[in-house]
Amino acid sequence: MNPGYELPLDEAGYSFGFLDEYAKREVRRTILKAISIPGYQTPYASREMPMGRGFGTGGLQVTLSLIGEGDTLKVIDQGADDSVNAVNLRHFVELTCPGVDTTERTAEATLIQSRHRIPETPLTEQQVLVLQVPYPDPLVVVEPSEARRKVMHGEGDYSRLLTKLYEDIVQFDEITISHRYPTRINGHYVIDPSPIPRYDVPQLHQNRALVLLGAGREKKIYAVPPYTRAEPLAFDDVPFRTEDFGDEHGQRRACKRCGATDSFLDELIDDDGHKHWQCSDSDYCNSRLTAQSATSAQGATAQEVNA
Amino acid sequence: MGYVAIKGGGRAIAGAEAAVEALRCAEGEQGTPLSLSAIEQQLRLLTSRVVSEGGLYHPRLAALAIKQMQGDTLEAAFALRAYRSTKPRLMDLPVQDTRRMRLIRRISSAFKDIPGGQMLGPTTDYALRLMRLDLANESAEDFRAVSRRFLDGVGDADLPDTFPKVVDALREEGLLPPLTRRAHAAFDITRDPLVFPVPRSAALATMARAETGSLLAIAYSNMRGYGDVHPTIAELRVGYVPVMLPHPVTGEPIEAGEVLMTECEVVAMYEGDTTEGPLTFTLGYGACFGHNEVKAISMAILDRALQKGMRDGPANPSEDPEFVLLHVDGVDSMGFTSHYKMPHYVTFQSDMDRLRTTQDKATTAQPQPEGAQA
Repeated sequence: MNPGYELPLDEAGYSFGFLDEYAKREVRRTILKAISIPGYQTPYASREMPMGRGFGTGGLQVTLSLIGEGDTLKVIDQGADDSVNAVNLRHFVELTCPGVDTTERTAEATLIQSRHRIPETPLTEQQVLVLQVPYPDPLVVVEPSEARRKVMHGEGDYSRLLTKLYEDIVQFDEITISHRYPTRINGHYVIDPSPIPRYDVPQLHQNRALVLLGAGREKKIYAVPPYTRAEPLAFDDVPFRTEDFGDEHGQRRACKRCGATDSFLDELIDDDGHKHWQCSDSDYCNSRLTAQSATSAQGATAQEVNA
Repeated sequence: MGYVAIKGGGRAIAGAEAAVEALRCAEGEQGTPLSLSAIEQQLRLLTSRVVSEGGLYHPRLAALAIKQMQGDTLEAAFALRAYRSTKPRLMDLPVQDTRRMRLIRRISSAFKDIPGGQMLGPTTDYALRLMRLDLANESAEDFRAVSRRFLDGVGDADLPDTFPKVVDALREEGLLPPLTRRAHAAFDITRDPLVFPVPRSAALATMARAETGSLLAIAYSNMRGYGDVHPTIAELRVGYVPVMLPHPVTGEPIEAGEVLMTECEVVAMYEGDTTEGPLTFTLGYGACFGHNEVKAISMAILDRALQKGMRDGPANPSEDPEFVLLHVDGVDSMGFTSHYKMPHYVTFQSDMDRLRTTQDKATTAQPQPEGAQA
């Protein structure tokens, strides 16, 4: 062996955004192509990141390539800012991107990286939403070969996917796809919108923000540009349906914490075995609570004045 | 306040980190921290595996990764790869000639006598796998004595600088097809994604940094009958390849360093028809960083299988480029397997919604049993 090896200890400090500049430029070019062809899975040479494949390395490469000084980043996982993986990713960005602010407030963020959820608060034209993607191709359920799937996408041939939905209806009287619901973008490419629940899919339609989807392991980036059509696959007589949060009486369940009846709910079982429901989006829930306490405080002040 | 079960993620991560570190140092007072050179030298095959799967030839950094990851090869290779992501690619390497490899080992199972001769070198192929209990309490003096004895018995090296390749002799005899030089550069898997169909160079590069066990499993499936390569090892060589780079000013090739590599060529039975020229044997090629013979042989067998699959269409998994190349990367497969440990509350909520809805529909649709009618 070469005895003269020295460890590159002087290189311990990483460059801004961890990736080398060539890599970031490549990701940005890929993003531009993805925006130009809405829904097209643009291949790129995804780099290995210092966290596991499947932990958001695709989303992270998009985020690190776009982020700059003056940006404010929000990272969520399962809707929560304090989920272990969100904490980990946020910490990594704070470590490698000095000058970048992080926030838990959806409204304050310029860049939002998320796994499995789109925030409840409507996004704005000034925001970019980056979704982490495990499986970029909706056709994978009907065709294992990537080469053949590429041809099917090019020809807009989604007949086997539609047949799968039809067979579901025949067998179960219901489309059984729960999340990762195939969604047609701008009238052509059908995408896997990442494992967001069906509840979030309508949010993609004509969204004001740019939505970028990054798959690190599968080495693809695709986009739903602002104000673009996003239509979940369905039939004229069997409409697309989101998750049902009705109770046994058909009443919409409310968040136990903030009382919201217009949010995606997590089902929790407490120590006594009782089920209850809470907002999955922690910022949405907290913001509502803050607003409520402000109103009740105001109310209290008003009463004192009246007295 | 407990909002959801995952609250407090930051503290939990810090705690987990401390627990891992505590286990690494659990020997306490009695412990001796592993030195990097001890890992690099005494666990040389482990180091080999990590530089190869990490796709970065840096044995000392690999030793550090092994120490840090507490012996997990997948994680150690992963750390090297992630380190590599921070480095730009500075140049395209010109083609390196493995004939100039400074050999430590070289065998052929095709011919008894090969030009340059066979050289068994450091191998445990014929060693009895009996536990050597004397190693359990080896003293530093014993350790040094082994090295001293070995070096005393070795004369001045009289090995030639280059060894001819066995496959060259086969080519001269017309048993292998002649070499055709390709005009296009080799595919760089670190800068271009695999979009199928991919050239053979992309397949070779992917397998060269593949996870050993994954490559072995798929190659073994071919050997057992899900395929029909039936290989003969024309040559297996292990040694240090001088890395030649063009001098920045003169452009003349200069030796910039050396890398330990394992290289294997397997020859398989002829196939095809005589319309495309005379029949010849077919060749499979495998090479990887470090000393890892099982990996190089597996790769050579799969190279041969994939060439057949690329030409005739795959007849089994080991001949299918997508199947092989997208499933042998340790960083990808290990990462994705681990990711299932992360929270999946939202998607599972969504799954439950579908199941409950379908269950409800099934119950309402079922005809009532007759006894139930009032």
